Amino acid sequence: MLGWEFPPHISGGLGTACEGLTRGLASQGVEVLFVVPKRWGDEQAGHMRLLGCEEVDAPADGGATHPAAAVLAAAAAPGAQDAAAAPASLVASAAEVAPAAEAAPPPGGRAALASVLAVDSTLTPYLDEEEYERLIEALGPGGGAARLRASPRVVEAALRLAEEFPSLPELRAEAERAARGARLRFSGHYGSDLLAEVARYALAVGEIARRERFDLIHAHDWMTYPAGLLASRLTGKPLVVHMHATEYDRSGDHPNPRVAAIEREGLHAARLVVPVSHYTAGILKRRYGVDPAKIRVVHNAVTHREQQQAWHVERAIPEPVVLFLGRVTFQKGPDYFLEAAARVVAAEPFVKFVVAGSGDMLPAMIERTAELGLARHVHFTGFLRGKDVERIFALADLYVMPSVSEPFGITPLEALALDTPAIVSRQSGVSEVLAHALKVDFWNVEDLADKILAVLRHPALREALVANGRAEVASMHWDVSGAHMLEVYREAAA
Amino acid sequence: MKDVVFYFQVHQPWRLRRYSFFDIGRSAHYFDDAENARILARVAAKCYLPMNRLILRLVEQHGGAFRCAYSVSGTALSQMEAWAPEALESFRRLAATGCVEFLCETSHHSLSFLGDENEFRAQVRAQAALVERLFGRKPTAFRNTELVVSNRVARLAEEEGFAAILGEGADHLMGWRSPHHVYRPEGCERIKILLRSYKLADDIAFRFSNRAWDSWPLTADKFAGWMGGLPARDEVIGLFMDYETFGEHQWADTGIFDFMDHLPAALLARGGLRFATPSEAAARHDPVARLDVPNPVSWADAERDLTAWLGNGMQRAAHDALYALAPLAQAAAAAGRPDLLESWRRLSTSDHVYYICTKWFSDGDVHKYFSPYATPYDAFITFMNVLDDLARRLRAAAPAAEPVPSA
Repeated sequence: MLGWEFPPHISGGLGTACEGLTRGLASQGVEVLFVVPKRWGDEQAGHMRLLGCEEVDAPADGGATHPAAAVLAAAAAPGAQDAAAAPASLVASAAEVAPAAEAAPPPGGRAALASVLAVDSTLTPYLDEEEYERLIEALGPGGGAARLRASPRVVEAALRLAEEFPSLPELRAEAERAARGARLRFSGHYGSDLLAEVARYALAVGEIARRERFDLIHAHDWMTYPAGLLASRLTGKPLVVHMHATEYDRSGDHPNPRVAAIEREGLHAARLVVPVSHYTAGILKRRYGVDPAKIRVVHNAVTHREQQQAWHVERAIPEPVVLFLGRVTFQKGPDYFLEAAARVVAAEPFVKFVVAGSGDMLPAMIERTAELGLARHVHFTGFLRGKDVERIFALADLYVMPSVSEPFGITPLEALALDTPAIVSRQSGVSEVLAHALKVDFWNVEDLADKILAVLRHPALREALVANGRAEVASMHWDVSGAHMLEVYREAAA
Repeated sequence: MKDVVFYFQVHQPWRLRRYSFFDIGRSAHYFDDAENARILARVAAKCYLPMNRLILRLVEQHGGAFRCAYSVSGTALSQMEAWAPEALESFRRLAATGCVEFLCETSHHSLSFLGDENEFRAQVRAQAALVERLFGRKPTAFRNTELVVSNRVARLAEEEGFAAILGEGADHLMGWRSPHHVYRPEGCERIKILLRSYKLADDIAFRFSNRAWDSWPLTADKFAGWMGGLPARDEVIGLFMDYETFGEHQWADTGIFDFMDHLPAALLARGGLRFATPSEAAARHDPVARLDVPNPVSWADAERDLTAWLGNGMQRAAHDALYALAPLAQAAAAAGRPDLLESWRRLSTSDHVYYICTKWFSDGDVHKYFSPYATPYDAFITFMNVLDDLARRLRAAAPAAEPVPSA
């Protein structure tokens, strides 16, 4: 399985979904090898093998020895997970249906049910290239201790792939560099842009794929599609691509044409395509021309954590709190949240609005808040993670997800699990699986304001949404998604 | 001789338009006239007009041997007056035959028996007057909204002068007793209760077109055979159902009209069976026993209770908020604004709280009941917004009235 991030080192829902899905697959007895660009060591990945690319110690020729066995043994050894780590990850999923044995596996064999390979990388999935450039500059020269080199066979396959799929010319450049003996680094020394990182990631995965045993390749979102394609070419194993978010979700009608092209190539080359919702399936058909016959929707689910009962946040302020939580970007619709807030405050001045998150629209949103005269009503917290997310959900009286285009959107489920009712846009996948939320079209700010006011004014409405929604969320399990995914694997491998 | 009592319920609510918080104080336009007119026209074309034509022919064909009853809610009557006068006229023709009884109910198909007994009496009297005006005869039998009966409802009906009340022959109410007799509700002295024979009635209303049903297809002869096979001591068979069974719930192409066309002849040919209106059947038979109905029993769902209308917190909040305004609505009417009372009464129609029901929503079985809303939450929000606006207008119209206590 090829993925770009894994909790707790995440910038959005992708890593969370990957964690839930791999747990669901583990419950079905599927062994998963999850390759990330970089592994940090504190991931909770005992249900699989999590491998960071930089952990792979490749010889220059790469072909003669088989270091994979050593990697597997190291991963299986106690404490080995603390040793190496990296920020993003490429997941190679082995869809072998075997009884889920949690017992210590034989070293060198199929060790844990899943593992993560880390490829040292500066990539995070939601950055655009401009943001990425800034991040690279901030990091400065130097990076992870990259040791991996691509072997001639991988280089050759990469060059052929680059000819067939011209949307990623970086693949040719990086393959040529690798052919001259360059190690695969992921920190920005060579070609400090996102697409070069994607190309190097593909080479690293190609190299890893040659050494591992698996039945199927499962790639999550466009950053890993070239890697999935290359690994599939090298091994002949079928490729399944997962779509958590398309470029059209992120950028609306002005997509990055190269990212969209990489998405299109991956979608068309894959044997089966797995969007996270029927909403996203519609985008795949409409925008990418994907054959409906090879689309299989697998909805996301919820990871049920025990400590969620523990939150009894004492109310520090008397005003009701309405929460926006997510990246402050075009896709998430923070501007519609503010417009609705202005209408709510005009009717009901005794309300606070919280914008939790950061993103490229944050400065504009702060300005807009002032323009609307909402400075006393709207609070910006910046990016929150972990316990702070749970605390703000528990503190809020209402969660609003006004996304312009949301392939799934797991946050309303997290809010409900913490007894906070939710309003979600109909332009979201989660609205397909969540009956007990209020639903609005993202552009209809008056309707959104109407519904916010209704929840704040009528305790009976809030109580019904919470009681029914909580029960609904409790019935959503990753095991079910895992079982659906396994059906897709069986079909793809048949 | 057994009396077969057909009674058909005709009702249409005044559905609300999409009314947001931001309409409050700005718009007194609550009802979706276009949608209400559209639905009424459709139901009139598919059900009221063809079925009334058939019933009229059956009455004439059998020389008065075929008889039946209707209850038409006041809200449905006023919509017909506005948008389908030909449908109203066809009901009047049925009344003129003398073989078709028109029952009384609350004018606005409300749950006022629970919310405010004064309002209940007022709506019953308004409906009785309307029925007498339109159909030429003061009604003598009563049926409550959704066939809800309790000892208290029966007592109220008796006090309003009715000789008969209709109710559901629910298993949990009847126990070992048969619904095929006339009973006297506990706490009443004169009124008699006729009970719905729900198995036979639902064979027509719900199962008629169900191909998975082992008795499908149901023919008039087969149904008449079942009736003929009932125990000799049975006296009254109550076949009470929604009129929209004919042409709306069961489409014409299921053969439902042909079934009804042939049923009277098939029944009358058997001997031992005759048709009667509710008031006729009540007059002919003495109560066999008292019937104790301490809690309201309705004809809805498997539960036969009120949970479809008042089962969740939102429904109860909406119901309570509505009836908290009842005195103010009466005061506004007395102060010269009967239009505001009429608006309030249209909100009292039970359909509005029915749309807020969440019983089936979790299962995704949203098609189990008809609702103009996408979700019960939308229904609640819209209703409460309208009620908020109406409350402001009522207070402005009746400034002297006591402040409304919060429910």
